Amino acid sequence: MQMPTTEERPQAAIPARRKVVVVRTRSDRVFRRLAASAGGLTLVILALIGVFLFVKGLPAIKDQGLAFFTTQVWNPPPRGTEFGVAAILYWTVVVALIALVIAVPVSIAAALFVTEFAPRRVRRPLTSLIDLLAAVPSLIYGMWGAAYLRPRMVGISAWLGRYLSFLPIFKPTTAFPIYGPSAFVAGVVVSLMVVPIVTSVVREVFSQVPPGEKEGALALGGTRWGMVRAVVLPFGRGGIIGGSMLGLGRALGETIAILLIVSPLFQIRANIIEAGAIPVAPLIANNFGESSGIALSALLAAGFVLFVVTLLVNVGASTVILRSRSGRGVEI
Amino acid sequence: MRTGSAPTLAVVTDRPEPVRIRPRSFHRRDAATVAGCAAASLALTWLAYSQILPFRGLPGFLLLWASFNFLIYYVAVRETQGRVVARDRTMASIISVVAIAIVIPLILILGYVTLKGLRFLRLAFFSTTMASVGPESPSTQTGGLQAIVGTVEQVGIAMVISVPLGILTAVYLNEVKGRIVRPTRIFVDAMSGVPSIVAGLFIYTVLVANGAGFSGFAAALALSILMLPTVTRTCEVVLRLVPDGLREASLAMGAPEWRTTWGVILPTARTGILTAMILGVARVVGETAPLIMTAFGSATLNTNPFSGPQAALSLSSFQLFGSSQTADVERAWVFAFVLLTLVLILFVVARLQGERRRS
Repeated sequence: MQMPTTEERPQAAIPARRKVVVVRTRSDRVFRRLAASAGGLTLVILALIGVFLFVKGLPAIKDQGLAFFTTQVWNPPPRGTEFGVAAILYWTVVVALIALVIAVPVSIAAALFVTEFAPRRVRRPLTSLIDLLAAVPSLIYGMWGAAYLRPRMVGISAWLGRYLSFLPIFKPTTAFPIYGPSAFVAGVVVSLMVVPIVTSVVREVFSQVPPGEKEGALALGGTRWGMVRAVVLPFGRGGIIGGSMLGLGRALGETIAILLIVSPLFQIRANIIEAGAIPVAPLIANNFGESSGIALSALLAAGFVLFVVTLLVNVGASTVILRSRSGRGVEI
Repeated sequence: MRTGSAPTLAVVTDRPEPVRIRPRSFHRRDAATVAGCAAASLALTWLAYSQILPFRGLPGFLLLWASFNFLIYYVAVRETQGRVVARDRTMASIISVVAIAIVIPLILILGYVTLKGLRFLRLAFFSTTMASVGPESPSTQTGGLQAIVGTVEQVGIAMVISVPLGILTAVYLNEVKGRIVRPTRIFVDAMSGVPSIVAGLFIYTVLVANGAGFSGFAAALALSILMLPTVTRTCEVVLRLVPDGLREASLAMGAPEWRTTWGVILPTARTGILTAMILGVARVVGETAPLIMTAFGSATLNTNPFSGPQAALSLSSFQLFGSSQTADVERAWVFAFVLLTLVLILFVVARLQGERRRS
């Protein structure tokens, strides 16, 4: 049968679009309303968290004014009058960055191994073991890090301080530096918690590389690594960036593990291997018990800042993953 | 193949027959290269470790050995088979070693906690509380009943709150597909990134500080905030696996949407929803930070979750670990070991459920 082309078809022959009227029973309307309110509750809870922390933290921010964001020390009343998030935000970012610098390459390697290099028999067990890393509670990471890892990192820290002291991050600040309860050790422990998160996103993305493109690269005479570099890594770039941001969100909010490892230091310092660091979340957990009034309000304000930062990072991460060519069907 | 017979039409040229590169072939000579490089780098590492560097401990040794090995291996393969093959082989070995090395810290953590915790764990842990434990008591005298009761009640209440909500939200995202699907999905994702301490602070400002006081119920509310996104997302994935045919068949028979969901879709996805519940529990059972400001902790048994401070496995472990008494720190490991065992059991059960679903 020959289809008439659009030009030949008379205008009147195009039927008007039929209007579909969905008539739902009352029980269905109730059901839909109920499900929608459950979905909306998520939005409400998030909004409530933000509003409550902001309102309760406002007195502290008002008390300090803009200095709240530039002051390094944390001496809320009754101990003192000055407090601000400059140093604790700095350490939050530093610990998270150390964790990412270690975790992202490791995660990419793990994801590549599972999707491209490993024998089929090894894939499932290895994936399970990496997921198990995510199931271990952060308290246990912290206790292990403090009791087992911290003393064993002193040697490496001292070596870095002696031989790589031309880098500001390793340059000793005192004649007799103390190593151990540092941002470096905390970052290493947090990296263990970030690895499974980044790996699972990157693995999902890598597993969706079109086989045709991979085979094309191999057929052109590429080695396996050449294929990975030319096809898999560029294809998975969105997933790598998004997964790293998701890991960043996790690292920024990490509390107990860091609290058990570091000793507090309310000062911006380039050196990461010497004792002393205090990110936002561990500060809140540490000072919560002894705070009231303005001091408590200050902690809530710090919590609000942390909440906003992690929210932005996480929404950014899911946007990046979903927008990328590879991440459309990925469960984060 | 170079091993075939000589070509019949032998053309005399100056150029040798081009060598065909087969980057993925692996012969006895290659195995010898690997072994040789491993030995050479081992010797070099030993030299560096015992003579030059002030390090100690096995992890550093392995790290250095691996780095030397990759370097020597790259050079060795480049000399014999060229740069392209060398790069491929070296990258493959780096990726494999790094990926398998991730398991090392996991084994170290599990082993260390087991070693530390099992030493002082006695059966009485499950039947006594810390109330009878004095400062002079030995570490073997550790009571965990109050913490077990607290954890079970808090996680149980959190489940009662967030599992129905999570399922309903997943139904909204996947079955109802209303107007706010997109923002809901984005915010469920965002919610899973909310730091646990922020959830604790929120419940503290709303509930605890407003006169309700510390209680297990407040802890359960904080935990349910953390649990909700895990349950929702796992449920949504599971609902997506229900074949459309079932949905359409049910609707075609005249069933309203709610009956289709309740009578067809949810029963089909039953095991998956169970997995979602277990994953949700595993997510929150080890949480400590939000409990500091909601459950507060207690040495005595408090079975009423709605009034008064309550203990929990993770919280007790954290509080004991911060003590200056050696015996208390040893007790903290007992709590941590029991907690870790619980998490491992949940993890394995969830995995087995997932396997069953897949098959």
